[in-house]
Amino acid sequence: MKVGLFIPCYIDQFYPQVGIATLQLLEKLGCEVGYPSGQTCCGQPMANSGYEHLTDGCNRLFTDNFKSYDYIVAPSGSCVLHIKDHLHVADNETAATHIRQNIYELSEFLTDVLQVKSLRARFPHKVGVHQSCHGQRGLHVSQMTELVGPAFSKPLQLLNMVDGLELIELSRKDECCGFGGTFCVFEEAVSVKMGKDRVADHVHHGAEYITGNDVSCLMHLEGILRRQQSPVKVLHLAEILNNE
Amino acid sequence: MNTAIKDHAELAEAFNANEPRVNWHDETLWWVRQKRDKMAWSIPEWETLRETASLIKHNVLGNLHAYLEEFERNAQQNGAIVHWAADAEEHNRIVLELLQQQGVKRMVKSKSMLTEECHLNHYLADHGIEVIDTDLGERIVQLAKEPPSHIVLPCIHKKKEEIGDLFHIHLGTPAGNADPQFLTAAARLHLRSEFIQSRVAITGVNFAVAETGEMVVCTNEGNADMGAHLADVHIACMGIEKLIPQRKHLGVFLRLLARSATGQPITTYSSHFRTPKPGQQLHIVLVDNGRSRQLGREDFRNSLKCIRCGACMNTCPVYRRSGGHSYHNAIAGPIGAILAPNLDMKEYADLPFASTLCGSCSNVCPVKIDIHQQLYKWRQVLVQDGQTNAAKTAGMKMMTTVLSRPGLYRFAGKMARWVMRVAPGVVSNRFNPWYKQRELPPPPAESFETWYKKNR
Repeated sequence: MKVGLFIPCYIDQFYPQVGIATLQLLEKLGCEVGYPSGQTCCGQPMANSGYEHLTDGCNRLFTDNFKSYDYIVAPSGSCVLHIKDHLHVADNETAATHIRQNIYELSEFLTDVLQVKSLRARFPHKVGVHQSCHGQRGLHVSQMTELVGPAFSKPLQLLNMVDGLELIELSRKDECCGFGGTFCVFEEAVSVKMGKDRVADHVHHGAEYITGNDVSCLMHLEGILRRQQSPVKVLHLAEILNNE
Repeated sequence: MNTAIKDHAELAEAFNANEPRVNWHDETLWWVRQKRDKMAWSIPEWETLRETASLIKHNVLGNLHAYLEEFERNAQQNGAIVHWAADAEEHNRIVLELLQQQGVKRMVKSKSMLTEECHLNHYLADHGIEVIDTDLGERIVQLAKEPPSHIVLPCIHKKKEEIGDLFHIHLGTPAGNADPQFLTAAARLHLRSEFIQSRVAITGVNFAVAETGEMVVCTNEGNADMGAHLADVHIACMGIEKLIPQRKHLGVFLRLLARSATGQPITTYSSHFRTPKPGQQLHIVLVDNGRSRQLGREDFRNSLKCIRCGACMNTCPVYRRSGGHSYHNAIAGPIGAILAPNLDMKEYADLPFASTLCGSCSNVCPVKIDIHQQLYKWRQVLVQDGQTNAAKTAGMKMMTTVLSRPGLYRFAGKMARWVMRVAPGVVSNRFNPWYKQRELPPPPAESFETWYKKNR
């Protein structure tokens, strides 16, 4: 099984440790992982701002980089959702379709494709999970509180395999953190208020760490926590699952 | 509220100047969302019910012309007089003419978002006719000279003390009395005298049944009934999308409407209006006002399924923290943001961007409108139509150039991290909206790509 590792642009530049944890975790679980070096961005920042028509270059690049892999895995639900919903290349649609159908966010790849039943991981801390919207409501990695249906959560399924980890409950299980791509700067006031409220929910319930499967949300929450000089830290799911 | 500013981000920032009030607004609406959840969970087939409602409306939108004609025919047979209005202006003119025929200068109106959309109150006031809104929440915002901030809870942005002050000024209640029960009783007395005197009553319409030509109006206060039963002339104003094919379909919608809206099993009153009583006139005004245009926009057609429950507002984390007035449109929140650009792309170009695309709205929608996906699609349409500022376009083009070229991307990333390390003030300053209330991530010495090359 050849797995192409997609490390979204801002993770590559600002959170390399998340890329490293993802790679090490996949290797530990027996995957043959390749990292195509010509990769940049999924194109989502432009598309969500109304400029999907400018994403041809990104789409072409993405398709060239990942077309030869059986699976494409990324530590970001949002970028994966964008590719799943919007990757099209006029003269290479077969390859684009293959990618759209075989790209996975890390947690769903672990639970659904690798069907991981146990992990060698230890993290003796109180952890709050931030359900990022695109992974949850877009990729359905967990049940949504709006819907009447059976509960499930792929990230929680994995976190429950980690020794010593104590999950905290939240008052609002799956409210958006307010990052929202360019929303975070064009609607700064509401974005920050949403982030502050999410952070407060975690802090109030005693979280030492906030984790999730989207670095963008975590970057936003971390920015608020650090401004508040809070001792609470953020870690991507991969960093906890890879922690021995 | 400031009516001069027409930009969601700016209005939302002003709303956020008072954080405790934002918390109160957010928690009030979140409480309604939780009530809705509880009600939804009390019905095991909830998701099937939503799907059924969505499909019924799908059928309606696909055969709207036929259902409209069927409804008109049956309504006329019932003795109603049917009027057709192509737009808001024609709707207002029709209503004015009916009022002038009756020679009335003052009349009562129960809740109708359509008349808000058409700005009927202002229009009639300009022609010397005073409208008394009889829904309690609407009466409160009317006394405050404000538009409703929510389609179901029009004065949800007002605290009870503020309502007490308004009633003291306008209805003569004792100063400083903010007891909800007392204020409601005062409003009831005030409105009763209006009902009794009013010879004409306007109501909205929640559902119009093509098969029978009847209309169903849902209220909790019975104010539509009070108005319509006491008046000589009942004018019912409705958008053409309010139709349902048959009476048996009502059960689906009535089970969904109040549960989604306020977390009640059903509205207190679901009143059927079919035949005018002897001596009474029943007029029905069918209004298009852009709906046919929206019907023709394939990507946005489903927005016409909306039954105006307001669930998308209650769940929207942005709405709860920016208030209904920040949408500067009769219909606020996520649904307003996909309906408004159809009316005026320029004026409402900001609204589809007032969202994180979290998708909660689509999940609570009782008729399964893909609201957040339509927000995404409106963004594309608005940009293509030139409704965006030049600086944003230039920025996006630059970003595209960098992100389409791996070499340039790597160089730019390295430079950015270097600048952030040696001269953090270049990005961490007051001109950077990110930095205003958030720290930037500490720049690492090397990217993942560099690490990978060294280690694998």
